[in-house]
Amino acid sequence: MNHLWMTLRPYTMIAPALLVFLLFFIYPIGYMVYLSFHDWNFISPDKNFVGMNNYRALYDHPEFLQSVENTVIFTLLSVVITTVIALLLALWINKPTKLYGFVQGAIFSPHIISLVSIAMLWMWLMDPQYGLLNWLLELFGLPQSEWLASPDTALYSLVIVAIWKSVGFNTLILIAGLQSIPSYLYEAAELDQSSTFTSFLKITLPLISPTLFFLVIINVISSFQVFETIDIMTQGGPLNSTSTLVYFIYEYGFRFFQLGYASAAGVVLLIVLSIFTVLYFLLVSRRVHYQ
Amino acid sequence: MAKITFHNITKKFGDETVIPTMNMEIKDGSFTVLVGPSGCGKSTTLRMIAGLEKQSSGDIFIGDRCVNDISAGKRDVAMVFQNYALYPTMTVWGNIEFGLKNRKIPKYERKQLIEEITEIVGLTPYLHKKPQKLSGGQRQRVALARAMVKKPEVFILDEPLSNLDAKLRHQMRAELVQLHQRLGTTFVYVTHDQVEAMSMADEIVLLDKGEVQQIAAPLTMYDYPKNLFTAQFIGTPPMNIIDTTMLPAATWKKSIPTKIGFRPEKIMLAAQPSRLHFSLPCTVLARETLGTEIIYQLDTFAGTLFAKTFQQPIINSKNLYLTVKEEDIYSFKKNNSCIAPPKGVEREIKGIVQ
Repeated sequence: MNHLWMTLRPYTMIAPALLVFLLFFIYPIGYMVYLSFHDWNFISPDKNFVGMNNYRALYDHPEFLQSVENTVIFTLLSVVITTVIALLLALWINKPTKLYGFVQGAIFSPHIISLVSIAMLWMWLMDPQYGLLNWLLELFGLPQSEWLASPDTALYSLVIVAIWKSVGFNTLILIAGLQSIPSYLYEAAELDQSSTFTSFLKITLPLISPTLFFLVIINVISSFQVFETIDIMTQGGPLNSTSTLVYFIYEYGFRFFQLGYASAAGVVLLIVLSIFTVLYFLLVSRRVHYQ
Repeated sequence: MAKITFHNITKKFGDETVIPTMNMEIKDGSFTVLVGPSGCGKSTTLRMIAGLEKQSSGDIFIGDRCVNDISAGKRDVAMVFQNYALYPTMTVWGNIEFGLKNRKIPKYERKQLIEEITEIVGLTPYLHKKPQKLSGGQRQRVALARAMVKKPEVFILDEPLSNLDAKLRHQMRAELVQLHQRLGTTFVYVTHDQVEAMSMADEIVLLDKGEVQQIAAPLTMYDYPKNLFTAQFIGTPPMNIIDTTMLPAATWKKSIPTKIGFRPEKIMLAAQPSRLHFSLPCTVLARETLGTEIIYQLDTFAGTLFAKTFQQPIINSKNLYLTVKEEDIYSFKKNNSCIAPPKGVEREIKGIVQ
């Protein structure tokens, strides 16, 4: 009896947390996988088992493939550019003066503004006729852009908004990373006749690499899930040029009520993101440097 | 090899003056220890030599070269940091090689230099380990090797032993002295620990509030302190100081000093006062038995005093008399300057103080 209790006790202890986890995380994911093998319209009592048909249909669906392509382009561009800009900014404004403190705060502010407001703001800025951006381009005698109105530029316009939104947050995290590097390392390097660039390459970069990896992965995951700005600014248009995976899932699930089909797309997204997450943990376990 | 000269150096951080004016010369090839309490400006002085800090005014010379406008890397100075400052992402080899690489020394020469140095400091088995895999003592050796490999004119060491345990610190002290003898380079060593200063230095520079109190060889500083601060800073336990107003006027033959002082080891403890020497009644407050030596904390009407005895039986009785010979008594003037006891000259203090 006593022995049985000793065995059961740990499970009893974690039961509440486990229950919540199962109910709100594992069950929905499992249900999504289940739905992806069925044909269901949200209302009908029957869910018809269709096997791999949903997946096969996705594979043949140009709109889906375009969404995947858009997502990949959007993610690659926004993550790479955000990280590079954030790193440069962090190196530049990482100084302990009041002015730089203010800049650090100011640059962070887009992160706390609701995405809906950001979308509205940028729709105005990017308006082809009345927008500030085109007015500025004209002022400097540069060719104007169609921004969100053209399939050639709409996705890149969304990338700009995404970068603007996340660069401040990334900068702040990188500044924290930079500040954790002890100053005596740079002094030692100075005495070793190391140039600023060598010091950056041999000391700064390796020591903030865990922070950089962390940022890249969370940026990839959040870019893959981009939705609000697209829903408000372009609704996936023009000509499907800005539809991404999550937007595709939303459209098929909640507009066209093809729940099984949308779930199959959801499973694809889940697999892609899982790969990145596993990759992140593998890299981190190998590359983290501790003092 | 080079001497280091400070000419009218001042250093201010904002409105705060850390070093009012400093003039000194650190001798070529000497092992000079800068010592003083926290905040006395010893680390700042060291960093100014290294070029990590710029003096507010004045000139610093290394050898005959004025280094005011020469960057840290070009001063031919190597530094060992308190926390070693090893590059955490590089191996031991990489740490030692980094400075050589930056100086564009060819690869075969680098290899030769590193192998030679690591042999000296006994790091050969650890060359391909990262610093975090090494013990404190090994890290210390890497820091030394990294400094030595550059064959600098001046070595500066900023409290390099303070992160080591007592036993290892003792061992490294001896090793550093040997290393200095082998290299013959000027060593400038900063510490707050006067024992370290006494045991290692050729010459001690004692600093307080950014001012040089005394520059002298360890024993000279011990026997002939220039002022009250030096007398109290050097020696454990410190010199006993008594304000003469605490003593009866009849004690003095001639002029009365402001304060008198004597070393703990010069005190003799006995059950009876001495009629010939300076004597005070005292009670034993506490006792530290350290093996061959015993330190007594004594309560007297002139304040708490320390006595140190060597290889003598423990004194158990509480109420005693302490006796100090007149030739062991230092006297201090009003401006705190010290007059060492003149050997064999007319004695100033007589009789017993009851």
